[in-house]
Amino acid sequence: MKFPEFDYTCPTSLDEALDLLEKHGDKAVLLAGGQSLMPVLAFRLAAPGLLVDLKKIPGLDTIEADGAGVRLGANVRWCDILGNAALEAAHPLLVKAISHVAHYQIRNRGTVGGSLAYADPAAEMPGIAVTCDANIIVRGAAGERHVKAEAFFLGALTTSLAPGEIITGLHLPAWPVDQRWAFQEFARRRGDFALAGTAVYYNLDAAGRAIDAHIAVIGAEDRPRRLIGAESAVNGRVVNADTIVTAAAEAASEVDPMEDFHAPAIYRRALVETLIARALADAATET
Amino acid sequence: MRTRFEVNGKAVEVEVAPRISLADCLRDTLRLTGTHLGCEHGVCGACTVIVNGEAVRSCLILAVEADGDTIVTVEGLSNDDALTPLQASFRKHHALQCGFCTPGMITTTHALLTEEPYADADRIREVLSGNICRCTGYIPIVEAVLDARAHYADEDTSP
Amino acid sequence: MKPKNLLIGSPMERVEDLRLLRGRGQFVSDINFEYQLHAVIYRSAIAHGHIKKINTGDALAIPGVHAVITARDLGPRMPMIPLRLQPLPELEPFCQPMLAHDKVRFVGEPLAVIVADTPQIAEDALNHVDCDIAPLPAVVDRERSEVGTTILFEDHGSNLAIRWSATRGDAEAAFKTADYTRRETFRVQRHAALFMEPRGFVAQWDAASEMLTVWGAAKVAFANRRILAAAMSLPEQQIDMIEVDVGGGFGSRGEFYPEDFLIPFAARHLNRPIKWIEDRREHLTTANHARELECDVEIAATSDGRILGLRGRCWSDNGAYIRTNGSVAPRNVAQFMSGPYDIENIHITTDQTVTNKTPAGTYRGPGRFEGDFVRERLIDIMANDLGIDRVDVRRRNLVAEAQMPYALPTITPHESVTELDSGDNVELFNRCLENFGWEEKSRLNGRLIDGRYHGIAIGCFIEGGGAGPSEDARIVLETDGLISVHVGSSAVGQGIETIMAQITGDVLEVPFDRIRVRHGSTGDVTEGYGSYHSRSTVMGGSAIVLAAEKLKTLIREVAAQALGCTAREVILDSEHARGPSGHSVALSEFCSEPIEAAATYHNTKFTYAYGSLAAHVAVDSKTGDVEVIDVVSIKDVGRIINPLTLQGQAVGAIVQGLGGAILEHLVYDDEGQLLTGTLADYMMPSAESFPNIRSTVIELKPSPNNPLGSKGGGEGEIIPVGGVIANAVAAALTDFDIEPLDLPLSPPRLWALIRAANKRY
Repeated sequence: MKFPEFDYTCPTSLDEALDLLEKHGDKAVLLAGGQSLMPVLAFRLAAPGLLVDLKKIPGLDTIEADGAGVRLGANVRWCDILGNAALEAAHPLLVKAISHVAHYQIRNRGTVGGSLAYADPAAEMPGIAVTCDANIIVRGAAGERHVKAEAFFLGALTTSLAPGEIITGLHLPAWPVDQRWAFQEFARRRGDFALAGTAVYYNLDAAGRAIDAHIAVIGAEDRPRRLIGAESAVNGRVVNADTIVTAAAEAASEVDPMEDFHAPAIYRRALVETLIARALADAATET
Repeated sequence: MRTRFEVNGKAVEVEVAPRISLADCLRDTLRLTGTHLGCEHGVCGACTVIVNGEAVRSCLILAVEADGDTIVTVEGLSNDDALTPLQASFRKHHALQCGFCTPGMITTTHALLTEEPYADADRIREVLSGNICRCTGYIPIVEAVLDARAHYADEDTSP
Repeated sequence: MKPKNLLIGSPMERVEDLRLLRGRGQFVSDINFEYQLHAVIYRSAIAHGHIKKINTGDALAIPGVHAVITARDLGPRMPMIPLRLQPLPELEPFCQPMLAHDKVRFVGEPLAVIVADTPQIAEDALNHVDCDIAPLPAVVDRERSEVGTTILFEDHGSNLAIRWSATRGDAEAAFKTADYTRRETFRVQRHAALFMEPRGFVAQWDAASEMLTVWGAAKVAFANRRILAAAMSLPEQQIDMIEVDVGGGFGSRGEFYPEDFLIPFAARHLNRPIKWIEDRREHLTTANHARELECDVEIAATSDGRILGLRGRCWSDNGAYIRTNGSVAPRNVAQFMSGPYDIENIHITTDQTVTNKTPAGTYRGPGRFEGDFVRERLIDIMANDLGIDRVDVRRRNLVAEAQMPYALPTITPHESVTELDSGDNVELFNRCLENFGWEEKSRLNGRLIDGRYHGIAIGCFIEGGGAGPSEDARIVLETDGLISVHVGSSAVGQGIETIMAQITGDVLEVPFDRIRVRHGSTGDVTEGYGSYHSRSTVMGGSAIVLAAEKLKTLIREVAAQALGCTAREVILDSEHARGPSGHSVALSEFCSEPIEAAATYHNTKFTYAYGSLAAHVAVDSKTGDVEVIDVVSIKDVGRIINPLTLQGQAVGAIVQGLGGAILEHLVYDDEGQLLTGTLADYMMPSAESFPNIRSTVIELKPSPNNPLGSKGGGEGEIIPVGGVIANAVAAALTDFDIEPLDLPLSPPRLWALIRAANKRY
């Protein structure tokens, strides 16, 4: 499982990186943390001619949290998120989800940009991006564009990133301080890709009923997705046992689960129902 | 392609093809064979080394990518005369049998205890979940690491 | 033997650790020669087919590629992997050629050897070898294998290699008259040893002396040398197999695989040192698989729970070829299914059948893990049906100490009998219950607590060890006073350098730190049988006892001359030899030539360690997830050499068993493609998986069968785990009235069982 042959270069500016992509076309592949790319190369599932290492590009490793939300540079690593004291309060759902990513050694290298670009159906970062209606910041020869997360992930390992484009960051909307939230995922062992997972949050109106519910399924389908039906079953209602059962059942009928030798679709569907029920119950619990 | 980094305190300059992993460069070019290859796809942890103070999988890093980095391998965590406190604790608790995963266990737990000398058993297990051992069943490894904390706590001079 | 027992029984820290902890071990992949070339194996991507043509021209044209060796290059007679353990005529038709030449029979079967300047270039060349194979239907399960529409070995005409029968008493009569019978079909999944160091060899040929040296030997170096010598038409004496540090074996590494021949062959063919290290993806389709079994078994009993009989049919999915392990696992399934229980009437058969999958072989407790799963499940099912307590029913059916030695069922064909040597099963069982806290935990059994159902179970097991026929040891008092021990046993990680030194030290009465143990390599002793079937301590250890006693006599004789007394009067006192006058000579000074003694220990009787294992699980009925909350085991090995390393074996074995019960599964599709091709898909236990295990190993009833009184103890605790966990899960889900009959107990499977039970939850 030695890597196939390729060249390697390490540009020192974003413009240089963009030029390289333009010049080499689909022969060039971007290298961030390498935790997803290198196993692909080890199995020789890809044969790029040139690896373009993003590590020296300035300004891609910043974390900002303020009233406008949370902005993560593409080179921000999982350990940077988990080690950032401000983020715990600024976006607890993000931190919780990222704590489930892979393993210790991988969290020291894996990046926000790399995960978004790779688009594994069960990856936590794309899942949170979609749940929270985040914007993915992309730079190309034509300039910068902001892509809504739900439009970015098109399918398993497939994004709307165009040739010659580089993800430079992720913007998560501001997180209201008393927002109710929960994260649940089910994996065979910690660090494995989840068979299914969910991220939920909602706020409460003056009468204690849920508003602005976000319920997303992660890992059960070929990309993360907000379940609108489940959200409708929660919005305008008090999140009690009945609501939870109804919303979870709605989610189960709404989801279109993948099937593989690890888990049949029927199992994943039931898992989604269970996880969403548990997540809503968790979110509804005063702590 | 030329790449320069520091390994176990020594500056090193090597000429390797871009596709050579850091693991293979350490093992074959530098003849530091303590770092082992158990899977070459980033799962087993036998190849763990410390780069810029962080435990990482050397099979997923290119040698050329490590240009400018500071690297410590299991050899750099060892003395010629006596075992280090961490190693002695592993030996005392019989935390190794075949020894193949052991260098990765040593580098990973050294990195952990250096940062978190008060890590509890749950945290140790969580961190070690990225290192596969087939011989010991892990329990003696966790005990060895718990026992070694005292040394790292003594060394811990942070306020 | 009456040693002082200063070292034996002591938890000595291991000698091996000093280098292994520093990364100074020498594993085969750490060996390099200046002019070495690297080999990579080109393997079949198709499970079954006729080989039409293999084009190597493109691969050879790649700069840096030196050779592409195919079947044609091996000469007019294709060497075959012979049967090492059981050379039975029934198995001969199913042997594997060193390189596929007319047919391929499994994905991963070797077709060619590419040799290049670097492993990277060799791997690049894989894409440029073109093999034209006319595909045949793939036989991937029992139905297809038995139906026989597609036959793997057309000349032979059947996919059934052998049917073993284990017989005791009269099962037919017992089942006719029994108050109670119950029959079920059980399945154990394909999984494997997955040792952490991939296999590898470095081979060097010296053309001038016609000497072949091979590094990377393991487990059975002498037998493998014999096989290699025959395959290469070389005298054995011209081959040196060197065992270096070995990263785990578990019964799988060390068997003779095609690469054991192909790499040395390439070295001679090219007259260059050749290095080959398998990668993990390759390992998953090439190292022996194990355990895949389907059993249709029934139990007969009286209405008050006395087991009268066990009968049934089993089918072992052997994969495409029968290799060196022959038929060990399938035979063990039948012979040892009754385990430590006194069952008078037995008739169990196991069919060993071939399919288009990776060949199967021995893996820790071969056939025993599977058989115990079936038996322990049937016992719990029976207890439930009869309304009898699961503990009581076991206690009354265990073989009692008074019944030792106790004959196990007779195996046919090639009749063999064995008997349990010694032991008090009931005593160990009772201790296990106590250590586990069975009484208290019983209150949790079947109850829903914090959203999960709790269950407990206990099982009993025997572990066969000490396989003969013999083992050699040679001990030398060197001129500097150090003692070097050479033994045919192999190191696979179990610490034999330390254990053998402990035995030597006590018999010879010299300090531990004066002893150096050399093991496994063919240059060390005349003959050796290696490490398998938990035999190293018993066989190697006993050989050392004999050799050490001989050496002691010789040392006394030489010392007597120096001291001017009789040999009888000499006292060996650690580093000196003392005479009656009080005069002494240092062992490091009195001989100008080394003094050596060699011995062979012969043994035909197995030893049987035995014990009990209990577990507490919690099942999430909505996800099917099983958490193992607590596992407690106890085992009697008769005589403990090193409690530290023995305990290590116990915990390691239990965790492997838990992996087999819940996580691990080698999954094939209908075309014989292995779907679990990475360590992300083939899930092994991690540090977080099973954190609560308490194991105890004791010396209660020594074995009468060897001078140490020891029983082989490297495998035992894995054996009961599948049955006990399945029983604990069944107990937890009592309310759902389901019976898990298949391993692994994966969440989707348990969820499906629960759902089918049609209860509201």
